[in-house]
Amino acid sequence: MPDKDGGISLEEQIERWRNYLRRRQAIHPVDVAELEDHLREQVSVLVEAGLAADEAFLVAVKRMGSLDALSREFAREHSERLWKQLVVVPSDSGDPRTRPRTDAIVAFCLAVAAAVLIKVPALFGIQLDEDAGFYARNLSVFVLPLLSGYFVWKRRLRASTLRWLVAALVAAGVSANIYPFAPGGYTETLTALHLPIALWLVVGVAYAGGRWGQVGGRMDFIRFSGELFIYYVLIALGGAVLTAFMAMIFESIGIDVEPFFESWLLPCGAVGAVVVASWLVEAKQSVIENMAPVLTRLFTPFFAAVLVTFLGTLVWTGRGVGIERNVLIAFDLLLVVVLGLLLYSISARDPRSSPGAFDVVQVVLVASALLADAVALWAIAARITEFGFTPNRVAAVGENVILLVNLAWSAVLYARFLGGRGAFTDLERWQTNYLPVYAVWAAIVVLAFPPLFGYI
Amino acid sequence: MEINKDLIAASSTPIVLAILAEGDSYGYAIIRRVRELSGGRMEWTDGMLYPVLHRLERLGYVEARWEVAKSGRRRKYYRITSRGRAQLAEERRQWQAVDATLRGLWQALSFSVPATRRQPRHFHWEPGHAG
Repeated sequence: MPDKDGGISLEEQIERWRNYLRRRQAIHPVDVAELEDHLREQVSVLVEAGLAADEAFLVAVKRMGSLDALSREFAREHSERLWKQLVVVPSDSGDPRTRPRTDAIVAFCLAVAAAVLIKVPALFGIQLDEDAGFYARNLSVFVLPLLSGYFVWKRRLRASTLRWLVAALVAAGVSANIYPFAPGGYTETLTALHLPIALWLVVGVAYAGGRWGQVGGRMDFIRFSGELFIYYVLIALGGAVLTAFMAMIFESIGIDVEPFFESWLLPCGAVGAVVVASWLVEAKQSVIENMAPVLTRLFTPFFAAVLVTFLGTLVWTGRGVGIERNVLIAFDLLLVVVLGLLLYSISARDPRSSPGAFDVVQVVLVASALLADAVALWAIAARITEFGFTPNRVAAVGENVILLVNLAWSAVLYARFLGGRGAFTDLERWQTNYLPVYAVWAAIVVLAFPPLFGYI
Repeated sequence: MEINKDLIAASSTPIVLAILAEGDSYGYAIIRRVRELSGGRMEWTDGMLYPVLHRLERLGYVEARWEVAKSGRRRKYYRITSRGRAQLAEERRQWQAVDATLRGLWQALSFSVPATRRQPRHFHWEPGHAG
């Protein structure tokens, strides 16, 4: 039957119904197809009996029963579907069934390659315990190319983009190894800490696979990073339990596994797990609820409460911020945590929904973090000339400024959004546009600081 | 007359298995057959058939396969397995036992307590089960 004038066609109606059904977790796409076949047959029988197409559709949908009740029945029969499974079933049944398996194989091979790679220097006499500095500087150079490789393969990255990524990785590898670092010096530590941050951008570009230019692509990368962190921590916990048992049972027969653990299990497991965790995040992104936003929601109010109390106490008691060596780093970390809380609540928020109580808490958190940081910065700035400009201090101040700028403007954008004078997407755009800034600063620390400060 | 939900649920397994024992079928056709056989008295909510079919499939009583129907659409057909036939026989024995028990009771009631004629609902049941 053709469409009724002004109304939507039967196909569109069925399309809507199908999409509505697909949102039900307990009803898989293959069941939707089965139900759709039923619906279509019912409609055609009714149409043959003389009903108009849209009437037939309404009757057929009604006969199908309430979708809530239906999805409850499906959930009861397929309770396992509510418990997400490790082995990911492709959403559209049929030919792409082999994809996840190939994915898993590739990821596994890359993880093994990373584990092998970390042991290669040992062949040339560079031992983990004697040359800790070498391993610390190069850790990201061992792992991240393979991780990027996984995404290059998965996203079929263009050769032109690939060239840039390879160039960045080579530059990183070269700079980490040709600089004559003083062993255990400041600049070596700074390189070890900042190289992963700089190279994480390379992973991001590979991950986004041509969508790096879009807010959505970068936002996905933020989500990926958060989930990866959580998966990695979980895998590390599992590894710790495994190791504890291994040590225990081998000790009972008088064998000390510590040398094996230190030189094989820990390094190989740690680098391999990065690739495995990334694959898991990729494979399960649509299957499992994202954890980072859940944790964010849980902890944002607590952090906000702690910071507000801190500021209150500061004002009430009139104490000054103690200037110790690590106070700047502590406040850097505070800003990182607050930024993380902000980022992951942004990443999970529906930009179309209107401001709520949680957004207010978020603004309170950001504003109080800014205030606390300003107090600390003020205290430090007053005496920075006394301390002198060591590379550590300059790097820490630089990071503090970068984070401060980000959070200050975020607070402004957030306040505008709460006041109804701006869109939430402005905040998203600001955060995703800011990502390269971290990488660029990290790259400056890695490339320029060692020569500037004489490799101390 | 509306048959209550518990009865519908309890009878769904033997009914579906028996219909599939007549020949392979698919969801819509099974519903139509039920409607036909019960003279419209067994009204199943269409969607609810599918969880039942999936349960029978999980238990190994039926097998499913996708085929392209004459309409050109992909359609999921169900076939009863040998385990399903065994289960059907078992269900049949159980239902016959229930039926025989009730039949005995209805008869006893109709002879000894004619007053229950005031409640014709019980008698409505009889032809359905006798048939």
